[in-house]
Order: sequence, then structure tokens, then C-alpha cells
Amino acid sequence: MRKLKSAILGPGNIGMDLMYKIMSRGKNIELKLVSGIVAGSRGLALARENGFETSLDGVESILADPEIRVVFECTSAKAHLANAPRYEEAGKVAIDLTPAAVGPYVVPAVNLEQHVGGVNFNMVTCGGQATVPVVAAVNAVTPVEYAEIVATLSSKSAGPGTRANIDEFTETTADAVVSVGGAKKGKAVIILNPAEPPLLMRNTVYCKVQNPERIARISAQVGLMVEKVKQYVPGYRLRLGPELDGDRVIMMVEVEGEGSYLPKYSGNLDIITATALATAEEVAARILHSCPQNRGEW
Amino acid sequence: MHAVSHRFTPDDMAVIAAALAVAGLDTIEVGHGDGMGGSSYQYGFAAATDVEYLRAVKSVLTKTKLAVLLLPGIGTHRDLEKAAKYGADTVRIATHVTEADIAAQHVQIAKSLGMEAICFLMMAHMAPTAKVVEQARLFDSYGADVVYVTDSAGALLPHQVGERIAAVKEAVSVPVGFHAHNNLGLAVGNTLAAVAAGASSVDGCLCGLGAAAGNAQTEILAAVFDRMGIHTGIDLYKVMDAAEDVVQPRMHRPQIVGKLGLTTGWAGVYGSFMLHATRAGDKYGIDPRDILVELGRLKTVGGQEDLIIDVASRFAREAGDSGKHLLQRI
Repeated sequence: MRKLKSAILGPGNIGMDLMYKIMSRGKNIELKLVSGIVAGSRGLALARENGFETSLDGVESILADPEIRVVFECTSAKAHLANAPRYEEAGKVAIDLTPAAVGPYVVPAVNLEQHVGGVNFNMVTCGGQATVPVVAAVNAVTPVEYAEIVATLSSKSAGPGTRANIDEFTETTADAVVSVGGAKKGKAVIILNPAEPPLLMRNTVYCKVQNPERIARISAQVGLMVEKVKQYVPGYRLRLGPELDGDRVIMMVEVEGEGSYLPKYSGNLDIITATALATAEEVAARILHSCPQNRGEW
Repeated sequence: MHAVSHRFTPDDMAVIAAALAVAGLDTIEVGHGDGMGGSSYQYGFAAATDVEYLRAVKSVLTKTKLAVLLLPGIGTHRDLEKAAKYGADTVRIATHVTEADIAAQHVQIAKSLGMEAICFLMMAHMAPTAKVVEQARLFDSYGADVVYVTDSAGALLPHQVGERIAAVKEAVSVPVGFHAHNNLGLAVGNTLAAVAAGASSVDGCLCGLGAAAGNAQTEILAAVFDRMGIHTGIDLYKVMDAAEDVVQPRMHRPQIVGKLGLTTGWAGVYGSFMLHATRAGDKYGIDPRDILVELGRLKTVGGQEDLIIDVASRFAREAGDSGKHLLQRI
């Protein structure tokens, strides 16, 4: 079966983790090029070792290759803001793993279907990917008046980008809890814990609901949702709840990384790369099936 | 406000702040115990909004500096802007003792808003002195006006306080402060150890009203410093009056070192966990001390209140399971 060719811009931790995921389970997507701007980067060396084209021209080499249809942006919000219009002009779909939010927030288990024809997909935040599905599941049973999420990450798994702009995490996540999760109001908190050995990424979700008596249905719906997310984030699991406590429903989800490139405690990075691949797979499936020339039959 | 579950009203705060101002305190911090934006399921909802507290207190202060608390990850730059707008002169920016770099942006924003930035290294007992020094240097490099060693768990012993303060003092270019909790009954003693080692800013609460067994009692510190010949500018009678006549009637319970406060300090757990652990213990039928000790073993940091429910429900499940085994054996 024909696969759509993709490129990774930014051969850092996220880019490399994504590379290994595409190698191990890309069905509609294959990797062609990994591009960066820093000579001697470990990521580029790994990409070469694994047989991929590499380049030091950054975005330019991707734009210059008409074969590449999907770009994974693993750089920074600033870089993606500059690159996004150029990808679109060049007819490439952008999967944005930065906080730029040029395109809509996409949480595959919740709203990918509604955006799948788009050209730019934002992956929200790790906390958003872990918690928005749960909020949406509760909201499908009873209106969520207020959702609050607390993401706890191991210090080791929080990179310099997250640290330098931690407000971006809380604001974007709270935003997605409302706009994608369906809560009327949202709040997000992030905590870094330096314990050794590093802890797994943990997310607590509190929902204030209109109909707490529907707890059995909430449980069933959340259970289904967790299975749905697990299909593309294998290490995603419900650790506690849903549990009723006064007017709030409490749930905790944990993300164990696959350990494809990054250690297992980096569930926060794993969930983003796994989500990016899942999104790209759906988008690619649609492109491959809708345009006959892409099927390789003609 | 931890000790009153964040339930003081803006009027309560204004009355207390006015009494403190009359007594001659330098800076008064107001708001939710977990800082701006702290009002939540995770930490407890405050009786009023951050802005309502700020407005009420600002209206009674003239010379005294008004401070807010900000924990990056909970509060954001928007909260800082709000605080500046409603008259806060000072922000105390607090991170876990190993995570100072998440506050760089907030220190810079505070400075650009014209605020004094006091930076806290919380849970200072969890890191060796060398690490505390490294992180204090980071705060210094971001532009902090004062760097605090914060004993959030009330777990430090006097010699450990002295060692950390002296090393930080040596390493940074700005004044050094200390924030004590009384869980091991050492809040005043540790504060004195900090001053002896070079701290020039210290924290207190009237009646010690703070998380777990509370903080150093402001009125006691005022009396002790006076006896030591250290000038604080505090009127001793007035600060005693403020404690006994204004704060005490508003307290939910006496501020003592009870078994839970003591366990909090002994286990090295973030002070505000205590009341949450008590509630979880009630709900799941577990001794809250077991919860606190487990939280210490898990090396939890400030802000991880959600883990209390996790631990309590796990203990309850385990207790249930072993109960079943027992029945089967019988």
C-alpha cells in the first residue's frame, strides 16, 4: 500500500521520539526527511543511521521537496508561526507540536473527525491530550460546569521550552478543556516533581457536573474514552475513578511512555508524539482515499 | 489562609491587615494559601476572588507594602498583571527548591511591572545545600530582590537552616530570607538560626496561623527580636493585640502542634497537605498520619494535593482486600 511521505522539522527529543514511532507503526505515513539547523546534531545523526534523508536547511529543504505532504513541526511556536503559511502555500499538511496554535486544537479521540480535512493541526499540550478526552466523556453524559486539571510531570521530562514558558501550558490546556472538552469553564495546573526514580506523568481531572447522580453512566463513558485514547497512546490508563466527591467527579489518568526513544517516565512527551502520529495517520488515510492519483492505481 | 481553608472574607483580611499596619509590619501578604489563581478544587476554593482580597486590604494600607504569592504552574503572568493593577507592591514567587527556572519569566514580568520580587525555594529540606545554592543563584540571576529559603514542611532542624542560609547568603548578591513552619515546634528557633546565619527577612503569622502547625508567630518574633536588640519597628503591644483580639476570634481551631502537624514535619510533607489528608482520612477511614507518611515516602512536592486522594483510596482498597483475606481464612 502506498504511504504518504512526511518530514520532521526539529530533530530534538520530540522529533526523534516521533521518528521511531513512525518507523514502528506508520501505516499511511512514512518518513522521508528529518531537517534541522544545527550541524552535528545527535538527532540528525540518528536519522541518517536509520536511513532517512537529513538536511541542515531547516524548513527550506522541506518546502523544496514536493513529495513531502505532511510536516511534523517540532520546533518552537515562533518558528511555526513563520512556517505555517509557507506549508499551506506548498500544499503540505502541518502537524504542529508547538504551542503556536495556528490551526485548531486537535484531540484525536474527541474532535479529529471534525477537522480532518484541514491543513494545520495543533496538538495542544501533553496535559490537554491526557485530560480533554476525559472531560469530553463526562460532558457527553452531563454538562460540565467547570473542569480543573492538574498535570504532574517528572522534572526530568520537562524541557527548557516548557520551563521558560510554563504559563503557555496552563493557559492553552485550560483553553482546550473548554473549547474541545466542552466544559463551561476550565482551569489547569502543572506541577514538576524531581523525585528519583522519575514518576510517570499523572493527570487529575475534577469536573463539576450538573447531574452527579449519573455517575454510573459517567464511569462507562470515561471507560470507553480511555480505551479510545489507548488505541493511539498505548501507555494511557485510568488510575482512579470516576469517583463522586460532593458535586465533583474525580478521575486520574496516567501516561507511561512507550520508551521508543525517550524513557518511559516521559509520558508527557510520548502522548504528544503518539497523538501527532495518530492525527497524521487519519489525515493521510483521507488524502490517500480521496485522491485517486495518490493511491498509486493510476 | 490554609489553616482556615481559605475562607477568610475580604473584610476579615482588611481588619487583620489594618491591625498589622498599625503595629508597624513592613510587608503583608494576602490571598489564597496557594497564591494567586490558587482557588480551586485541588487546593480549596477561597471565599472571595484575588482581586476582592487585594482591593479590601489595599484600602486600609498606607505605608505597609502589600504582597501577593504566585506559584508558577498555578498562577500566571495574567495574575501578576492583575496584582500590579490592584496595588500589590511585592510578589513572592515560589517554586519547588529544584525548579527555580520555571519562575524566570515571572520574575522578569514582576520587575517590568515595578514590583518587588521575592523568590522562594520551597521544601528546602528536600535538597542538599549545594542544590539550594545553585537554585538561589538562578533566582538572583533573574533579578530577584530577595531570595528565601522556605521550610514548607517545617522539617528543617536549626543547624540545617543555618547551613542553608549561610551558604545562600555567601552565593547571592541580594538579601536572604527564611520562612518557617512550626510542625516540629521549631518555627521561632529556626527563624533565629536563620537570622544568626545572615537572613535579613523573615516571615511570621499572627497566632502562627498558617498551614499545618502554622508558621512562626509574628508577635513572638517581635518580642524575641526586641530582647535580642534587633530593631523590627514593630509595636509589641499592638502586634499582640492584633493576634489575640483580631486573628484569634477568626480561627477555626487553636494553632497547636497536634499529631498531624507533627507528622507533617516529621515526614517532611508540604504543610497544606495536612487538612486535605484529614478529610481524605475521614472519607476513606484511614489514619491521616499514614497518608502523610506515604506522601513523604513518595517525595511529593508542594501542590500535589491530588495525590492525597490517590494514596487514601489505595490504602482503603488494600485494607479492604486484606479484610477479605481475613474473612476467607476464617
